[in-house]
Amino acid sequence: MATVRIPTPLRKFTQGKDEVTIAAASVRELLANLEATYPGIKERICDETGAVRRFVNVFVADEDIRFLENLDTAVKDADEVSIVPAIAGGR
Amino acid sequence: MNGEARVVDPAQGPAGVALAPVLYDPRSRVDSIVDLIGNTPLVRLRAIEVDCPGVELWAKCEFANPGGSVKDRAALRIVLDARARGDLPEGVRLIDSTSGNTGIAYSMVGAALGVPITLVMPENVSAPRKQVTRAYGTELIFSDPMEGSDGAIVHARRIVEEHPNRYYYPNQYANDSNWLAHYDTTAPEIWAQTHGRVTHFVAGIGTSGTIMGTSRRLHELGRVRCVAVQPDDAMHGLEGLKHIPSSLVPPIYDERVIDETLWMPTEEGWDMAERLARDEALFVGHSAGANVAAALRIGKQLAAAGHSGVVVTVLCDRGDRYFAPLRWEQHYVW
Repeated sequence: MATVRIPTPLRKFTQGKDEVTIAAASVRELLANLEATYPGIKERICDETGAVRRFVNVFVADEDIRFLENLDTAVKDADEVSIVPAIAGGR
Repeated sequence: MNGEARVVDPAQGPAGVALAPVLYDPRSRVDSIVDLIGNTPLVRLRAIEVDCPGVELWAKCEFANPGGSVKDRAALRIVLDARARGDLPEGVRLIDSTSGNTGIAYSMVGAALGVPITLVMPENVSAPRKQVTRAYGTELIFSDPMEGSDGAIVHARRIVEEHPNRYYYPNQYANDSNWLAHYDTTAPEIWAQTHGRVTHFVAGIGTSGTIMGTSRRLHELGRVRCVAVQPDDAMHGLEGLKHIPSSLVPPIYDERVIDETLWMPTEEGWDMAERLARDEALFVGHSAGANVAAALRIGKQLAAAGHSGVVVTVLCDRGDRYFAPLRWEQHYVW
């Protein structure tokens, strides 16, 4: 099971949890399984074509999946997957 | 060449190109950089306007403020009002929890007026954000990188509680000086610059200072419809803008002041920011993109109904402010 870190604006889907565990072999599978457990969350992360939205960054073990295999990036059991909106924070 | 000095007509460029006549502008010589805050130019968006024939689109160039953003106005007014009230006596530091435009604005105003500034920011904000504020002499305190900007707010409040005599915490979200800056400057500037022709004012909500102050004054000055812009979801990428339904509501925000709210998808705002750079040569941040996208929506509605209009919005800052990558954004592509 990979550990998925959930950003604050998506925690309404995870009953407030900032971290959930999901079984998956790839990011694509992880997002599908995340949606199965927490309905509604995937469309906030992916657009209608299934691609990760431009302003959302997904990291597997601190590496941006856009520079790995994108949705086909392999996920290992011990990996930490982070979903992070591309906002620098602060006003 | 025979070494004789050539007399060049000052109204002619070197190649004989006619230049605009040089008029005396009192702001071309000032005592302090804070005197350059406000009175920003209004630029017409002619290339965007083609999508809404008959409607004029204008944008307030807030990036032309000396600190580079609309936040200069609020920061200056907050500091001046705090000093006038006696909240910032000698030795007291102004503290806030921002790594963005407000932090830069406070740092500049503080350096100019001799007010020491302390900013609390998450440890993982980019090096340039730390360096820009530090360059002005601002003291930085770092909060837990995992707790984000909310963690920085909590950290700042704790510091103030522990040392109430050492710090003044202005809380821009609850500070009337914030919206009053726009009531007293932004709105009358727009009114004068459009010769009172403005029909719509459009601005995104961050603290809500811009939309609250400007709308209140414009409503007094004439029949102006004032439209707020919010991200369409809690999960968004429009930096500087706030999705109120999922946020702590700023105490200065009063829904009754605005006539309408437009909900902006991140992609629409980002696309407009890119279009503004290409088509108008205005390289601005994503919040400015969202504002212009909303202004264009209004323009299109008016045009479709056969109406004319003068729609004014705000270009909050420049796009280059966002070049600096964060740890999480190390591969971020604009």
